[in-house]
Amino acid sequence: MIGREREGLTIPPDGRSLDEQPKWRQDFPIDWPQAHYLSRRDFTKFMVLISLAFTAGQFWIALKNLWRRRRGELPLQQIATINQLPIGGAKAFVYPEAHDTCLLLRTDETTFVAFSQKCTHLSCAVVPQPDKNRFFCPCHEGSFDLATGAPIAGPPQRPLPRINLEVRDGVIYATGIEVKTI
Amino acid sequence: MRRRFSREQRLTIVYGILCIVLIIAMLQLWLLMATMNAYLGGDESVIWPAAFVSLIGFSLNSGLLWYLYRMDRKQ
Repeated sequence: MIGREREGLTIPPDGRSLDEQPKWRQDFPIDWPQAHYLSRRDFTKFMVLISLAFTAGQFWIALKNLWRRRRGELPLQQIATINQLPIGGAKAFVYPEAHDTCLLLRTDETTFVAFSQKCTHLSCAVVPQPDKNRFFCPCHEGSFDLATGAPIAGPPQRPLPRINLEVRDGVIYATGIEVKTI
Repeated sequence: MRRRFSREQRLTIVYGILCIVLIIAMLQLWLLMATMNAYLGGDESVIWPAAFVSLIGFSLNSGLLWYLYRMDRKQ
């Protein structure tokens, strides 16, 4: 071993000389520093691939946003007539697509509110509880204010998307959706 | 003439690069979560700037990885 370049030697993990190593390690010597170097370099490569995935995710969001903007104005859709809904009553409907379930509520004689039924935490269906003045999500016990849709308890951070309403000649129409971060 | 690094020096360099890559990847993860929250909340103003910042992060990471492979080729 004398005369060999130091970094050409295998250095076992316990730091002792090769002669002091167990037989299995002498029979199957591994260049530990080189193995360390290669494993770290490969992990770095893997992390760069993860970084690429995050960047792809960002551009996917940007493209989804472009698609959402191109959709333009949402259609006007009839939901119910005023007489169909008693005070404190609720009616489920879909808007704007067939899988977007929403809830229309009558809170008093003249006030109607409508929100998306998907919880902003993990998209479970919320249920209205007018006696407790809230929408309740049974999956993780999240709660939203009945009048504003703002999160008031549990894991949800964003309010429920609000459906804009318009009343014409005793008929309630959905005219659009308003989403908020807080 | 460029200096060749010893194996110990290269291990130190790869540790340094790995630390930087990890920090940038964590920042990108945070940025992705914040952007997703903004997108779902209807806030569109941050989407494109966040995408370009993330692209810059990836460019830095791939530049560091390229340096690592170039260093290996020269040994």
